[in-house]
Amino acid sequence: MLNFLEIHKQMRMNSIALFFKGYVTFELIDSIIMIVSSRLEHLENNIGVRKRVYGVLTECLQNLCNHVESTSELKDSTELNYDLHSAVIMVDSDNEGYFIKTGNFVSNGKIDELKKALEGINTLTKDELKEKYNKILSNKVFSEKGGAGLGLIDIARKSGKKLEYDFEKVDNKFSFFSFQITISKNG
Amino acid sequence: MEKLILEPKNKTPKLIFDPISGKMEVSGVSSAENSLEFYKPILAWIEEYKQHSQPETVVEINYKYFNTSSAKCILDMLERFVQLKSVGTNLIVNWYYEKDDEEMYDAGVNFSDILETSFNLIEIE
Repeated sequence: MLNFLEIHKQMRMNSIALFFKGYVTFELIDSIIMIVSSRLEHLENNIGVRKRVYGVLTECLQNLCNHVESTSELKDSTELNYDLHSAVIMVDSDNEGYFIKTGNFVSNGKIDELKKALEGINTLTKDELKEKYNKILSNKVFSEKGGAGLGLIDIARKSGKKLEYDFEKVDNKFSFFSFQITISKNG
Repeated sequence: MEKLILEPKNKTPKLIFDPISGKMEVSGVSSAENSLEFYKPILAWIEEYKQHSQPETVVEINYKYFNTSSAKCILDMLERFVQLKSVGTNLIVNWYYEKDDEEMYDAGVNFSDILETSFNLIEIE
C-alpha cells in the first residue's frame, strides 16, 4: 500500500510542489501557470522574483508544448512501448530558489541541435545574452510560432543561472530530455 | 475611423486606441502562444490611422508581462507608431513598469534603443 502521508510530508517540505505527468496541451499548461502563479502570490513577496518565475514557467511550458506537438508524427514509430507524447513537469523550491523541471522525449536526430543551442547560451554572459536577444528581436527572423531560440535566451536571462540539462538514450530513435531552470530568491 | 477597443483576456491585454484624441493605450498581459493572430488586426488599424493621424499621438504602454512570442509583435506595433513621425505626428511613448520589475524597465529601454526613439520610462507602484 502506497504511503500517501510520507509523500504528503515530502511535498510539504517544498513550498511549491507541483508534479504532472501526461499529455501536454496549451489549455493544460495555462492551468498549471495559473495554479503556480496564484501560489506564488502568497509565498513570494519579491515582485521581481515572482515575475521571473512566472515568465520562465510560461516560456518553458510553451516551448515544451510546441515541442511535444511537433513530435506527434513520430507516434508509434518505436518498438518500445513509451508514452512519447507525455511529458513531466515539476515546480518546487527550497530556501535558495525556485526550480522548474521538465522532461520529454526527443528524437535522437534533434539532440545535437538542441545541445548546441543550450551549450551556446550557457557560455554567454548576462550582457551577451541581452545583446543576442536584441539582435534576434530586431532581425525579424521570426517564425509564426515565435521562435529563433528567443524563448531559451529569455529563460536564461530571467534565471541568471546556467541551464541544466541531460539526454538519456532510450533506444535508437528516442532520448529523454531533462531540463532544469533555477530562479534565485535573492534576485 | 472607428475606435479600437479590445477587452482583456487571460492571455491578451486590454487595448483602447482612440483616433480622435490620438491616445493609444495597452495594458495587462500578453502571453498567447501564437501572438501574431492577436496583433495582426492591431497593426492594420495603425496603418489606417496613419492616413488620419492627429498632430499628437500619445502611446501608453503598460504591460505586466509579455512572452517572447509577443515581443516581436510589440516591436512591430511600436515601429508602426514610430512611422507616424514621417507623416508629421508628434509622437509621445510612455512606457510603464512596476516598481522592482527590472525586466520590464529593461524591455522599455531595449525597444527604445532598437527603434531609435526616446520613451518616457515611468515607474508605477
